[in-house]
Amino acid sequence: MAEQTVTVNYSGAVNAALRRCLTDVPETLLYGEDVARPGGVHGVTRGLWKDFGDRVFDTPISESAILGTAVGAAMMGRRPIVEIMWADFFLVALDQMVNQAANVRYVSGGRLTAPLVVRTQQGNSPGACAQHSQNLEAIFLHTPGLRVAMPSTPQDAYDIMVSAVYCDDPVIVIDNRTLYFGAKEPVVTGRPPAPAGGSRPRRTGDALTVVTWGAITHRVLEAADQLAGRSVPVTVIETPWLNPFDTAAVIDSVNRTGGKLAVVHEANATAGFGAEVVTRVAEAGALRGRPLRIAVPDARIPAAPQLAAALIPDSDRIAAELAGLARS
Amino acid sequence: MRERLLADLRAMWRIRMFEEKTTSLCQSGDIKGSVHLCSGQEAGPVGACGALADGDVVFATYRGHGWAIAKGAPLRAMFAELLGRATGVNGGRGGSAFLSAPEYGFLGENSIVGGGVPHAVGAALAGRHDGSGRLALTVFGDGAMNQGAVHEAMNFAAMADLPVLFVCENNRYSELTPIRDMVRNERLTDRATALGIPAYRIDGNSPAVIRDTVADLAEAAREGGGPAFVELTTQRLVGHYVGDVQQYRGRDELEEDMRAEPVARAVRELTEAGVPDADIAAAEAAVRAEVEEAAAAALADPPADPAGVREHIYG
Repeated sequence: MAEQTVTVNYSGAVNAALRRCLTDVPETLLYGEDVARPGGVHGVTRGLWKDFGDRVFDTPISESAILGTAVGAAMMGRRPIVEIMWADFFLVALDQMVNQAANVRYVSGGRLTAPLVVRTQQGNSPGACAQHSQNLEAIFLHTPGLRVAMPSTPQDAYDIMVSAVYCDDPVIVIDNRTLYFGAKEPVVTGRPPAPAGGSRPRRTGDALTVVTWGAITHRVLEAADQLAGRSVPVTVIETPWLNPFDTAAVIDSVNRTGGKLAVVHEANATAGFGAEVVTRVAEAGALRGRPLRIAVPDARIPAAPQLAAALIPDSDRIAAELAGLARS
Repeated sequence: MRERLLADLRAMWRIRMFEEKTTSLCQSGDIKGSVHLCSGQEAGPVGACGALADGDVVFATYRGHGWAIAKGAPLRAMFAELLGRATGVNGGRGGSAFLSAPEYGFLGENSIVGGGVPHAVGAALAGRHDGSGRLALTVFGDGAMNQGAVHEAMNFAAMADLPVLFVCENNRYSELTPIRDMVRNERLTDRATALGIPAYRIDGNSPAVIRDTVADLAEAAREGGGPAFVELTTQRLVGHYVGDVQQYRGRDELEEDMRAEPVARAVRELTEAGVPDADIAAAEAAVRAEVEEAAAAALADPPADPAGVREHIYG
């Protein structure tokens, strides 16, 4: 596939990546609830069914069957890409990821594999109820055998989907629906698939290192820009791949920012992946002083936008807390 | 006819004696952990696997030793797996309840009730797209009929007209509890017909009946007829696990089951057909020798090496 730059929003980037993989990788299938003729509840998979026949199809509202058939098809050599419409819906079928997909390679000693991709989206958006707002990446990060990515830009949405399809492990790619219809940007398509992993330095500054992922990255970058204007330059490392996680880049950066580390995620604080990042840096001996976790407090997510906003960190709160850490 | 029945009896003995030897290896402490035996249910795997083609695949449950053996998994590697030996079918990573032998089309036991049923549907889906047209057979117990994943998988297969045979071994016990106490409608086949899947309740103690039924249904499924459901009426001669004292079962019931079970029945039928007792005894002794030899070899095999315990988590 020739390299080409297209101008698309996040949703269009995912669609382009899926189209490329369906074209280039004949083992791929794409299915899930409403993904074919309706084009997906968020329109991300629009039009694909027209060009790929019965390799793109709609399924019953049966998450265990969607994930379980993907495991079985992957064991037999297919590369299914399936959609779980909301990450919250994963929870009715977690068996198929944690007990099933994650064990295929290990228990068979590598004679069987489960190279499937699960697309989903998560997080709060105005008015979303408590069962459509959770950030669940830590559940999958606690499960050896799974790969997890959370892109936040159209380019990463494209690149990571391609990498996920070519990856020989089960990969969960978690979008945030508030990103789907953002601004159109130039996206380079057609490059060779990159291996899973890696991180993205988004800002550079010596006051401290901020590690973040997912949609809240954009709020962190706003906060970083505010702080830069106040002569508090911070380094922001976005880690769209959470497994494999670029621990080395984070430790290296913390060493270069006086041992100061903050992690920011939209998931709940307790047992969130931020706690793991802090621990890895501490174990490496790179941490100086107190670390900072900025996360949703351990609460349920209320539907009313002004109530949810009271829990989910915005750029002002992130900037204030980072400034406090920089002064400490 | 007699030759076929004798061959079936030998195949069922291999499974029965494997399970009996496994019991003694549990009691001696050589095998650790929960072990679920299929003693009394041997006709299902012997009959059904006899009707499958090369390339067809089987997905079973934790009571699946018999299905692995009927698909061709070697006895020594099966014992070795239960014993935690390097030579086990999964090098000791699967154990009794979660082993697989993909080289033989045995895609695995599953220690989550009903957990492997959707995998079979996915394997059939793959077969539609890879040109193999493979048939997938998934076997599960009566208890799995009350699992959501099983119903989801059956409806998915029906929706997509996939060649999947859903085989329910009804041994009347969902682990330790009678299935009749856990349902209002005891006709489990109604679950399948409600989804548009043709369903049959057949004699689960006759390898011949099972083989003929599965052969017919497999042919129909391969020709595009979609999935089918078969309930095998059978019995478990032992507890849910080795060591289960079965306080929930009466002595009369067990005696009745001992008369109905497929190995004793096959011996009776062969005798009635005029096969000399000495011939039957010779066949039994030959299988026993094979099983004992396999167990002895597995016991002498090296233990799984912890040096590799973190390999194959990722590709």
